[in-house]
Amino acid sequence: MEDIKIKESIQALCPDALFVENKQFIDVSLPLEHFRKVMEYLKQTLNFNFLVSVSGVDWEKHFSVVYHLRNTQTNTMMAAKVIIADRQNPEVQTVSDLWQTADLHEREIFDLFGIKFTNHPDLRRLFLDDDWVGFPLRKDYVDTVNIVER
Amino acid sequence: MIENREILLNDPNSERYLVNMGPQHPSTHGVLRLVVGIKGETVDSVQPHCGYIHRGIEKMCEHITYPQIIHLTDRMDYLSAHQNNHAVCLAVENALGVQVPERVQYIRTIMDELSRIASHQLWWATFGMDLGALTTFFYGLRDREKILDIFEESTGSRFLQSYYTPGGLMKDIHPDFQKHVKEFLVYFRKLLPEYDQLLTGNVIYRARSINMGLLSKEDAINYGVTGPSGRGSGFSCDVRKHKPYGVYHKAEFNEILRTEGDVHARYMVHMDEMRESMKIIEQLIDNIPAGDFIAKMKPVIKLPAGEYWQSVETARGELGVYIVSDGNKNPYRMKFRSPNLSNLGVLEKLSIGHKIADLIAIGGSMDYIIPDIDR
Repeated sequence: MEDIKIKESIQALCPDALFVENKQFIDVSLPLEHFRKVMEYLKQTLNFNFLVSVSGVDWEKHFSVVYHLRNTQTNTMMAAKVIIADRQNPEVQTVSDLWQTADLHEREIFDLFGIKFTNHPDLRRLFLDDDWVGFPLRKDYVDTVNIVER
Repeated sequence: MIENREILLNDPNSERYLVNMGPQHPSTHGVLRLVVGIKGETVDSVQPHCGYIHRGIEKMCEHITYPQIIHLTDRMDYLSAHQNNHAVCLAVENALGVQVPERVQYIRTIMDELSRIASHQLWWATFGMDLGALTTFFYGLRDREKILDIFEESTGSRFLQSYYTPGGLMKDIHPDFQKHVKEFLVYFRKLLPEYDQLLTGNVIYRARSINMGLLSKEDAINYGVTGPSGRGSGFSCDVRKHKPYGVYHKAEFNEILRTEGDVHARYMVHMDEMRESMKIIEQLIDNIPAGDFIAKMKPVIKLPAGEYWQSVETARGELGVYIVSDGNKNPYRMKFRSPNLSNLGVLEKLSIGHKIADLIAIGGSMDYIIPDIDR
Protein backbone atom coordinates (compact mmCIF):
# COMPACT_ATOMS: atom_id res chain seq x y z
CA MET A 1 0.00 0.00 0.00
CA GLU A 2 1.27 3.44 -0.82
CA ASP A 3 2.00 6.03 1.79
CA ILE A 4 -0.91 8.24 0.79
CA LYS A 5 -3.41 5.41 1.22
CA ILE A 6 -2.01 4.54 4.64
CA LYS A 7 -2.37 8.18 5.64
CA GLU A 8 -5.94 8.35 4.41
CA SER A 9 -6.98 5.21 6.22
CA ILE A 10 -5.45 6.40 9.50
CA GLN A 11 -7.14 9.76 9.05
CA ALA A 12 -10.49 8.05 8.50
CA LEU A 13 -10.10 6.06 11.69
CA CYS A 14 -8.82 8.91 13.81
CA PRO A 15 -9.59 12.42 12.47
CA ASP A 16 -7.34 14.01 15.12
CA ALA A 17 -4.25 12.21 13.85
CA LEU A 18 -1.52 14.70 13.06
CA PHE A 19 0.96 13.90 10.30
CA VAL A 20 4.41 15.30 10.91
CA GLU A 21 6.78 16.25 8.11
CA ASN A 22 9.40 13.52 7.90
CA LYS A 23 11.56 12.75 4.88
CA GLN A 24 12.15 9.13 5.81
CA PHE A 25 8.71 7.63 6.40
CA ILE A 26 5.15 8.30 7.59
CA ASP A 27 5.20 9.94 10.97
CA VAL A 28 1.89 10.26 12.77
CA SER A 29 0.97 11.73 16.15
CA LEU A 30 -2.03 10.17 17.83
CA PRO A 31 -4.15 11.45 20.70
CA LEU A 32 -4.33 9.18 23.72
CA GLU A 33 -7.98 8.19 23.33
CA HIS A 34 -7.65 6.85 19.76
CA PHE A 35 -4.16 5.42 20.18
CA ARG A 36 -5.04 1.81 20.93
CA LYS A 37 -7.64 1.64 18.16
CA VAL A 38 -5.17 2.87 15.54
CA MET A 39 -2.42 0.52 16.72
CA GLU A 40 -4.78 -2.45 16.41
CA TYR A 41 -5.68 -1.28 12.93
CA LEU A 42 -2.00 -0.91 11.95
CA LYS A 43 -1.21 -4.40 13.15
CA GLN A 44 -4.25 -6.29 11.96
CA THR A 45 -5.36 -4.53 8.79
CA LEU A 46 -2.30 -2.73 7.46
CA ASN A 47 -0.06 -5.64 8.50
CA PHE A 48 2.65 -3.68 10.29
CA ASN A 49 3.71 -6.90 11.94
CA PHE A 50 7.21 -5.98 13.13
CA LEU A 51 7.52 -3.50 15.99
CA VAL A 52 11.11 -2.37 15.52
CA SER A 53 11.49 -0.09 18.47
CA VAL A 54 9.62 1.71 21.24
CA SER A 55 11.14 4.92 22.56
CA GLY A 56 10.05 7.43 25.12
CA VAL A 57 10.70 11.14 24.67
CA ASP A 58 10.33 13.78 27.35
CA TRP A 59 9.17 17.05 25.74
CA GLU A 60 9.11 18.82 29.11
CA LYS A 61 5.47 19.85 28.66
CA HIS A 62 4.39 16.33 27.81
CA PHE A 63 5.72 12.85 27.12
CA SER A 64 5.50 10.98 23.89
CA VAL A 65 6.07 7.32 23.15
CA VAL A 66 7.31 6.57 19.64
CA TYR A 67 6.58 3.24 17.99
CA HIS A 68 8.64 2.39 14.90
CA LEU A 69 6.75 -0.16 12.85
CA ARG A 70 7.59 -2.16 9.78
CA ASN A 71 5.60 -4.23 7.38
CA THR A 72 7.88 -7.20 6.67
CA GLN A 73 6.21 -8.00 3.33
CA THR A 74 6.53 -4.59 1.74
CA ASN A 75 9.33 -3.29 3.98
CA THR A 76 7.37 -0.09 4.56
CA MET A 77 8.34 1.65 7.74
CA MET A 78 6.41 4.19 9.77
CA ALA A 79 6.50 5.91 13.12
CA ALA A 80 3.40 6.25 15.31
CA LYS A 81 3.52 8.49 18.34
CA VAL A 82 1.21 8.92 21.26
CA ILE A 83 1.13 12.14 23.25
CA ILE A 84 0.76 11.85 27.03
CA ALA A 85 -0.07 15.23 28.49
CA ASP A 86 -0.38 14.20 32.15
CA ARG A 87 3.10 14.52 33.65
CA GLN A 88 2.05 13.65 37.18
CA ASN A 89 0.57 10.30 36.34
CA PRO A 90 1.52 9.38 32.77
CA GLU A 91 -0.38 6.38 31.49
CA VAL A 92 -0.88 4.72 28.13
CA GLN A 93 -2.32 1.39 27.08
CA THR A 94 0.11 -1.41 26.40
CA VAL A 95 0.63 -2.91 22.94
CA SER A 96 2.48 -5.95 24.27
CA ASP A 97 -0.50 -8.16 23.40
CA LEU A 98 -0.23 -7.06 19.75
CA TRP A 99 3.56 -7.28 19.49
CA GLN A 100 5.28 -9.47 22.06
CA THR A 101 8.52 -7.54 21.68
CA ALA A 102 6.86 -4.52 23.31
CA ASP A 103 7.00 -6.34 26.66
CA LEU A 104 10.66 -5.55 27.39
CA HIS A 105 10.68 -2.22 25.57
CA GLU A 106 7.73 -0.94 27.62
CA ARG A 107 9.38 -2.09 30.82
CA GLU A 108 12.45 -0.10 29.83
CA ILE A 109 10.36 3.03 29.31
CA PHE A 110 8.52 2.48 32.59
CA ASP A 111 11.91 2.16 34.26
CA LEU A 112 13.54 5.25 32.79
CA PHE A 113 10.56 7.58 32.15
CA GLY A 114 7.99 6.42 34.69
CA ILE A 115 5.29 6.03 32.04
CA LYS A 116 2.81 3.36 33.11
CA PHE A 117 1.52 0.92 30.52
CA THR A 118 -1.91 -0.24 31.57
CA ASN A 119 -2.71 -3.94 31.09
CA HIS A 120 0.98 -4.77 30.77
CA PRO A 121 1.43 -8.31 32.13
CA ASP A 122 4.57 -7.69 34.18
CA LEU A 123 5.39 -4.01 34.62
CA ARG A 124 8.56 -3.85 36.71
CA ARG A 125 11.75 -1.86 36.45
CA LEU A 126 14.07 -3.45 33.90
CA PHE A 127 17.52 -1.98 34.49
CA LEU A 128 17.49 -0.03 37.74
CA ASP A 129 17.00 -1.33 41.27
CA ASP A 130 13.44 -1.68 42.50
CA ASP A 131 14.03 0.99 45.17
CA TRP A 132 15.56 3.56 42.80
CA VAL A 133 14.02 7.00 43.27
CA GLY A 134 13.14 9.00 40.16
CA PHE A 135 13.21 8.36 36.42
CA PRO A 136 16.62 9.20 34.94
CA LEU A 137 15.68 9.91 31.32
CA ARG A 138 13.21 12.63 32.32
CA LYS A 139 14.57 16.09 31.63
CA ASP A 140 13.87 17.28 35.18
CA TYR A 141 15.73 14.39 36.80
CA VAL A 142 18.35 15.56 39.27
CA ASP A 143 21.16 13.35 40.48
CA THR A 144 23.94 15.36 42.07
CA VAL A 145 26.04 12.27 42.74
CA ASN A 146 26.15 10.47 39.41
CA ILE A 147 25.60 13.23 36.84
CA VAL A 148 28.45 15.68 36.48
CA GLU A 149 27.46 18.99 34.91
CA ARG A 150 29.95 20.31 32.39
CA MET B 1 16.00 -12.78 46.31
CA ILE B 2 12.99 -12.22 48.53
CA GLU B 3 10.43 -13.34 45.99
CA ASN B 4 12.24 -16.67 45.43
CA ARG B 5 12.40 -17.43 49.11
CA GLU B 6 8.72 -16.63 49.54
CA ILE B 7 7.67 -19.16 46.96
CA LEU B 8 9.87 -21.83 48.44
CA LEU B 9 8.76 -21.05 51.98
CA ASN B 10 5.08 -20.84 51.19
CA ASP B 11 4.93 -24.15 49.46
CA PRO B 12 7.39 -26.58 51.04
CA ASN B 13 5.97 -29.51 49.09
CA SER B 14 6.47 -27.86 45.73
CA GLU B 15 8.94 -29.59 43.53
CA ARG B 16 9.49 -26.38 41.64
CA TYR B 17 12.66 -24.52 42.38
CA LEU B 18 13.79 -21.10 41.32
CA VAL B 19 17.51 -21.07 40.59
CA ASN B 20 19.68 -18.09 39.81
CA MET B 21 21.81 -18.54 36.73
CA GLY B 22 24.25 -15.67 36.75
CA PRO B 23 25.03 -12.79 37.04
CA GLN B 24 28.37 -14.57 37.17
CA HIS B 25 28.00 -17.57 34.96
CA PRO B 26 30.39 -18.51 32.16
CA SER B 27 27.67 -19.33 29.67
CA THR B 28 25.90 -15.97 29.89
CA HIS B 29 29.10 -14.31 28.57
CA GLY B 30 28.53 -11.31 30.74
CA VAL B 31 26.51 -10.13 33.67
CA LEU B 32 23.03 -11.36 32.85
CA ARG B 33 20.98 -13.00 35.59
CA LEU B 34 18.38 -15.53 34.62
CA VAL B 35 15.99 -16.69 37.32
CA VAL B 36 15.18 -20.16 36.08
CA GLY B 37 12.17 -22.09 37.37
CA ILE B 38 12.92 -25.79 37.28
CA LYS B 39 11.03 -28.96 38.01
CA GLY B 40 13.68 -31.62 38.29
CA GLU B 41 15.89 -30.89 35.30
CA THR B 42 13.16 -29.31 33.18
CA VAL B 43 12.93 -25.57 32.74
CA ASP B 44 9.45 -24.13 33.20
CA SER B 45 10.18 -20.41 33.35
CA VAL B 46 13.05 -18.06 32.57
CA GLN B 47 13.01 -14.52 33.93
CA PRO B 48 15.87 -12.35 32.74
CA HIS B 49 17.06 -9.66 35.17
CA CYS B 50 19.04 -6.99 33.38
CA GLY B 51 20.85 -3.87 34.46
CA TYR B 52 24.10 -5.16 35.95
CA ILE B 53 26.06 -3.25 33.33
CA HIS B 54 23.59 -0.41 32.68
CA ARG B 55 25.64 2.74 32.12
CA GLY B 56 22.95 5.12 30.98
CA ILE B 57 24.46 5.62 27.53
CA GLU B 58 21.27 7.25 26.25
CA LYS B 59 21.35 9.82 29.05
CA MET B 60 25.05 10.47 28.51
CA CYS B 61 24.41 11.10 24.81
CA GLU B 62 22.16 14.03 25.71
CA HIS B 63 25.14 15.86 27.16
CA ILE B 64 27.83 15.23 24.56
CA THR B 65 28.39 16.02 20.89
CA TYR B 66 27.86 13.67 17.97
CA PRO B 67 31.56 12.88 17.35
CA GLN B 68 31.84 12.03 21.05
CA ILE B 69 28.83 9.71 20.92
CA ILE B 70 30.73 7.46 18.50
CA HIS B 71 32.98 6.38 21.33
CA LEU B 72 30.05 5.35 23.52
CA THR B 73 28.47 3.22 20.80
CA ASP B 74 31.60 1.04 20.69
CA ARG B 75 30.76 -0.04 24.18
CA MET B 76 27.27 -1.34 23.48
CA ASP B 77 27.79 -4.38 21.31
CA TYR B 78 31.55 -4.43 21.61
CA LEU B 79 31.96 -7.16 18.99
CA SER B 80 30.18 -5.00 16.41
CA ALA B 81 31.95 -1.76 17.26
CA HIS B 82 32.40 -0.78 13.61
CA GLN B 83 28.75 -1.35 12.76
CA ASN B 84 27.58 0.61 15.81
CA ASN B 85 29.77 3.54 14.76
CA HIS B 86 28.41 3.21 11.25
CA ALA B 87 24.82 3.58 12.44
CA VAL B 88 25.46 6.88 14.23
CA CYS B 89 27.64 8.23 11.40
CA LEU B 90 24.98 7.43 8.79
CA ALA B 91 22.25 9.00 10.88
CA VAL B 92 24.24 12.21 11.27
CA GLU B 93 25.40 12.29 7.63
CA ASN B 94 21.91 11.69 6.27
CA ALA B 95 20.46 14.37 8.52
CA LEU B 96 23.01 16.88 7.30
CA GLY B 97 22.85 15.70 3.69
CA VAL B 98 26.60 15.10 3.62
CA GLN B 99 27.89 12.93 0.81
CA VAL B 100 30.83 10.92 2.14
CA PRO B 101 33.63 10.01 -0.32
CA GLU B 102 33.30 6.67 -2.06
CA ARG B 103 36.60 5.54 -0.58
CA VAL B 104 35.08 5.90 2.88
CA GLN B 105 32.03 3.85 1.94
CA TYR B 106 34.19 1.04 0.62
CA ILE B 107 36.45 0.98 3.65
CA ARG B 108 33.48 1.10 6.02
CA THR B 109 31.77 -1.80 4.28
CA ILE B 110 34.94 -3.91 4.36
CA MET B 111 35.54 -3.10 8.02
CA ASP B 112 31.93 -3.95 8.87
CA GLU B 113 32.26 -7.32 7.22
CA LEU B 114 35.62 -8.04 8.82
CA SER B 115 34.17 -7.38 12.23
CA ARG B 116 31.16 -9.55 11.38
CA ILE B 117 33.54 -12.42 10.63
CA ALA B 118 35.49 -11.74 13.83
CA SER B 119 32.28 -11.64 15.82
CA HIS B 120 30.97 -14.88 14.35
CA GLN B 121 34.35 -16.54 14.97
CA LEU B 122 34.18 -15.58 18.63
CA TRP B 123 30.57 -16.69 18.75
CA TRP B 124 31.49 -20.07 17.28
CA ALA B 125 34.41 -20.39 19.68
CA THR B 126 32.38 -19.70 22.81
CA PHE B 127 29.28 -21.54 21.62
CA GLY B 128 31.32 -24.69 21.23
CA MET B 129 32.80 -24.11 24.65
CA ASP B 130 29.33 -23.74 26.16
CA LEU B 131 28.53 -27.18 24.82
CA GLY B 132 31.74 -28.67 26.19
CA ALA B 133 33.84 -28.61 23.03
CA LEU B 134 36.79 -26.72 24.41
CA THR B 135 38.93 -26.94 21.27
CA THR B 136 36.62 -24.61 19.35
CA PHE B 137 37.66 -21.81 21.65
CA PHE B 138 41.29 -22.07 20.60
CA TYR B 139 40.46 -22.41 16.92
CA GLY B 140 38.11 -19.43 16.93
CA LEU B 141 40.36 -17.10 18.88
CA ARG B 142 43.42 -18.08 16.83
CA ASP B 143 41.77 -16.95 13.60
CA ARG B 144 40.04 -13.93 15.12
CA GLU B 145 43.44 -12.67 16.19
CA LYS B 146 44.37 -12.19 12.49
CA ILE B 147 41.42 -9.82 12.02
CA LEU B 148 42.26 -7.92 15.18
CA ASP B 149 45.80 -7.49 13.84
CA ILE B 150 44.37 -5.94 10.67
CA PHE B 151 42.19 -3.62 12.77
CA GLU B 152 45.10 -2.64 14.97
CA GLU B 153 47.25 -1.79 11.98
CA SER B 154 44.73 0.63 10.47
CA THR B 155 42.72 1.91 13.42
CA GLY B 156 45.28 1.75 16.21
CA SER B 157 43.01 -0.36 18.35
CA ARG B 158 42.15 -4.03 18.45
CA PHE B 159 38.79 -4.05 20.15
CA LEU B 160 36.95 -0.73 20.57
CA GLN B 161 38.14 0.92 17.42
CA SER B 162 36.05 4.14 17.22
CA TYR B 163 37.32 4.29 13.66
CA TYR B 164 34.41 6.05 11.97
CA THR B 165 33.53 9.66 12.54
CA PRO B 166 30.67 11.67 11.05
CA GLY B 167 31.83 12.48 7.54
CA GLY B 168 34.39 9.75 7.13
CA LEU B 169 37.12 7.96 9.01
CA MET B 170 39.43 8.98 11.83
CA LYS B 171 42.47 8.15 9.71
CA ASP B 172 43.24 6.52 6.41
CA ILE B 173 43.87 2.80 6.14
CA HIS B 174 47.36 1.41 6.50
CA PRO B 175 49.24 0.97 3.16
CA ASP B 176 49.34 -2.79 3.80
CA PHE B 177 45.63 -3.06 4.61
CA GLN B 178 44.57 -4.58 1.29
CA LYS B 179 47.48 -7.01 1.22
CA HIS B 180 46.80 -8.25 4.73
CA VAL B 181 43.05 -8.58 4.19
CA LYS B 182 43.68 -10.66 1.09
CA GLU B 183 46.14 -12.82 2.98
CA PHE B 184 43.56 -13.33 5.68
CA LEU B 185 40.90 -14.37 3.17
CA VAL B 186 43.20 -17.01 1.70
CA TYR B 187 44.12 -18.18 5.19
CA PHE B 188 40.58 -18.35 6.52
CA ARG B 189 39.06 -19.97 3.44
CA LYS B 190 41.41 -22.87 4.07
CA LEU B 191 40.55 -23.07 7.76
CA LEU B 192 36.78 -22.61 7.73
CA PRO B 193 36.19 -26.23 6.60
CA GLU B 194 38.12 -27.24 9.71
CA TYR B 195 35.41 -25.59 11.80
CA ASP B 196 32.86 -27.79 10.10
CA GLN B 197 34.94 -30.91 10.59
CA LEU B 198 35.44 -30.12 14.23
CA LEU B 199 31.93 -29.20 15.32
CA THR B 200 29.28 -29.10 12.59
CA GLY B 201 29.38 -32.83 11.95
CA ASN B 202 30.00 -33.82 15.55
CA VAL B 203 27.43 -36.33 16.81
CA ILE B 204 27.20 -34.88 20.31
CA TYR B 205 26.82 -31.36 18.97
CA ARG B 206 24.11 -32.42 16.53
CA ALA B 207 22.17 -34.27 19.19
CA ARG B 208 22.20 -31.16 21.34
CA SER B 209 21.25 -28.69 18.62
CA ILE B 210 18.85 -30.22 16.13
CA ASN B 211 15.18 -29.62 17.01
CA MET B 212 16.24 -27.67 20.08
CA GLY B 213 14.68 -24.29 20.91
CA LEU B 214 12.30 -24.06 17.98
CA LEU B 215 11.30 -20.56 16.89
CA SER B 216 8.69 -20.12 14.18
CA LYS B 217 8.84 -17.30 11.64
CA GLU B 218 5.68 -15.69 13.06
CA ASP B 219 7.14 -15.68 16.55
CA ALA B 220 10.45 -14.31 15.30
CA ILE B 221 8.62 -11.33 13.79
CA ASN B 222 6.30 -10.94 16.77
CA TYR B 223 9.19 -10.94 19.25
CA GLY B 224 11.32 -8.76 16.98
CA VAL B 225 14.10 -11.33 16.70
CA THR B 226 16.54 -10.17 14.02
CA GLY B 227 20.01 -11.11 12.86
CA PRO B 228 21.19 -14.71 12.47
CA SER B 229 18.59 -15.82 15.03
CA GLY B 230 15.72 -14.35 13.02
CA ARG B 231 17.10 -15.59 9.73
CA GLY B 232 17.47 -19.09 11.17
CA SER B 233 13.67 -19.01 11.42
CA GLY B 234 13.14 -17.78 7.87
CA PHE B 235 12.50 -14.14 8.82
CA SER B 236 14.11 -12.11 6.04
CA CYS B 237 15.44 -9.21 8.07
CA ASP B 238 18.86 -8.37 6.64
CA VAL B 239 19.12 -4.58 6.56
CA ARG B 240 22.05 -4.90 4.13
CA LYS B 241 19.60 -6.35 1.58
CA HIS B 242 16.41 -4.46 2.37
CA LYS B 243 17.79 -0.99 2.91
CA PRO B 244 21.38 -1.02 1.67
CA TYR B 245 23.88 1.43 3.09
CA GLY B 246 27.60 1.77 2.41
CA VAL B 247 28.38 -0.05 -0.84
CA TYR B 248 26.42 -3.23 -0.14
CA HIS B 249 24.38 -2.56 -3.28
CA LYS B 250 27.55 -3.00 -5.34
CA ALA B 251 28.46 -6.36 -3.87
CA GLU B 252 26.79 -9.60 -4.73
CA PHE B 253 25.88 -11.73 -1.74
CA ASN B 254 23.05 -13.87 -0.46
CA GLU B 255 20.92 -13.33 2.58
CA ILE B 256 21.26 -16.63 4.44
CA LEU B 257 17.82 -17.94 5.33
CA ARG B 258 16.91 -21.24 6.90
CA THR B 259 13.49 -22.52 7.80
CA GLU B 260 14.13 -24.97 10.65
CA GLY B 261 14.31 -22.34 13.39
CA ASP B 262 16.26 -24.54 15.81
CA VAL B 263 19.68 -24.09 17.42
CA HIS B 264 21.35 -25.82 14.51
CA ALA B 265 19.70 -23.50 11.98
CA ARG B 266 21.00 -20.46 13.85
CA TYR B 267 24.43 -22.10 13.94
CA MET B 268 24.40 -22.74 10.19
CA VAL B 269 23.35 -19.14 9.48
CA HIS B 270 26.38 -17.94 11.42
CA MET B 271 28.69 -20.29 9.52
CA ASP B 272 27.31 -19.38 6.10
CA GLU B 273 27.35 -15.66 6.88
CA MET B 274 31.10 -15.85 7.39
CA ARG B 275 31.39 -17.21 3.84
CA GLU B 276 29.11 -14.48 2.49
CA SER B 277 31.11 -11.81 4.30
CA MET B 278 34.30 -13.09 2.75
CA LYS B 279 32.57 -12.95 -0.63
CA ILE B 280 31.64 -9.30 -0.06
CA ILE B 281 35.16 -8.37 1.01
CA GLU B 282 36.67 -10.16 -1.98
CA GLN B 283 34.54 -8.12 -4.37
CA LEU B 284 35.40 -4.80 -2.75
CA ILE B 285 38.97 -5.07 -1.58
CA ASP B 286 40.63 -4.45 -4.98
CA ASN B 287 38.25 -1.66 -5.92
CA ILE B 288 38.78 0.80 -3.09
CA PRO B 289 38.86 4.12 -4.98
CA ALA B 290 41.50 6.71 -4.26
CA GLY B 291 40.44 9.93 -2.61
CA ASP B 292 39.86 11.59 0.72
CA PHE B 293 39.15 9.60 3.83
CA ILE B 294 36.89 12.27 5.26
CA ALA B 295 34.42 14.74 3.83
CA LYS B 296 34.68 18.37 4.78
CA MET B 297 32.63 18.87 7.92
CA LYS B 298 31.89 21.88 10.07
CA PRO B 299 33.93 21.92 13.27
CA VAL B 300 30.75 21.80 15.37
CA ILE B 301 28.13 19.42 14.06
CA LYS B 302 24.56 20.58 14.65
CA LEU B 303 21.65 18.59 13.24
CA PRO B 304 18.60 20.50 11.99
CA ALA B 305 15.67 20.14 14.37
CA GLY B 306 13.75 16.98 13.62
CA GLU B 307 13.78 13.24 14.05
CA TYR B 308 16.06 10.78 12.32
CA TRP B 309 16.14 7.01 12.14
CA GLN B 310 18.91 4.78 10.85
CA SER B 311 19.21 1.00 10.82
CA VAL B 312 22.30 -1.06 10.21
CA GLU B 313 22.91 -4.79 10.36
CA THR B 314 25.29 -5.65 13.19
CA ALA B 315 26.57 -9.16 13.78
CA ARG B 316 23.50 -9.86 15.96
CA GLY B 317 20.68 -8.12 14.16
CA GLU B 318 19.21 -4.76 13.43
CA LEU B 319 20.62 -1.83 15.33
CA GLY B 320 18.39 1.22 15.10
CA VAL B 321 19.49 4.72 16.00
CA TYR B 322 16.75 7.22 16.72
CA ILE B 323 17.83 10.83 17.12
CA VAL B 324 15.56 13.64 18.19
CA SER B 325 17.35 16.92 17.57
CA ASP B 326 16.36 20.42 18.66
CA GLY B 327 19.08 22.04 16.54
CA ASN B 328 21.80 21.97 19.17
CA LYS B 329 25.20 20.35 19.08
CA ASN B 330 24.00 17.48 21.23
CA PRO B 331 20.90 15.37 20.65
CA TYR B 332 17.72 16.15 22.56
CA ARG B 333 17.07 12.43 22.84
CA MET B 334 19.00 9.49 21.51
CA LYS B 335 17.63 5.99 21.49
CA PHE B 336 19.42 2.83 20.47
CA ARG B 337 17.24 -0.04 19.36
CA SER B 338 19.66 -2.77 20.33
CA PRO B 339 19.15 -6.15 18.70
CA ASN B 340 19.99 -8.07 21.84
CA LEU B 341 17.24 -6.61 24.01
CA SER B 342 14.60 -7.76 21.54
CA ASN B 343 16.29 -11.13 21.11
CA LEU B 344 16.33 -11.60 24.88
CA GLY B 345 12.54 -11.37 25.08
CA VAL B 346 12.12 -14.67 23.26
CA LEU B 347 14.47 -16.72 25.46
CA GLU B 348 11.76 -17.90 27.86
CA LYS B 349 9.54 -19.05 25.02
CA LEU B 350 12.36 -21.06 23.46
CA SER B 351 13.53 -22.73 26.65
CA ILE B 352 10.34 -23.89 28.34
CA GLY B 353 10.18 -27.66 28.43
CA HIS B 354 13.87 -28.15 27.71
CA LYS B 355 16.54 -29.28 30.17
CA ILE B 356 18.87 -26.84 31.92
CA ALA B 357 21.79 -27.94 29.75
CA ASP B 358 19.72 -27.11 26.67
CA LEU B 359 18.99 -23.65 28.03
CA ILE B 360 22.76 -23.07 27.73
CA ALA B 361 22.70 -24.25 24.12
CA ILE B 362 19.67 -22.09 23.28
CA GLY B 363 21.07 -19.02 25.02
CA GLY B 364 24.41 -19.59 23.28
CA SER B 365 22.78 -19.82 19.87
CA MET B 366 20.97 -16.51 20.41
CA ASP B 367 24.40 -14.88 20.83
CA TYR B 368 23.65 -12.35 23.58
CA ILE B 369 26.02 -9.50 24.29
CA ILE B 370 24.99 -8.13 27.66
CA PRO B 371 26.29 -4.53 27.42
CA ASP B 372 24.12 -4.20 24.32
CA ILE B 373 21.04 -5.27 26.29
CA ASP B 374 21.71 -2.90 29.17
CA ARG B 375 23.34 0.04 27.35
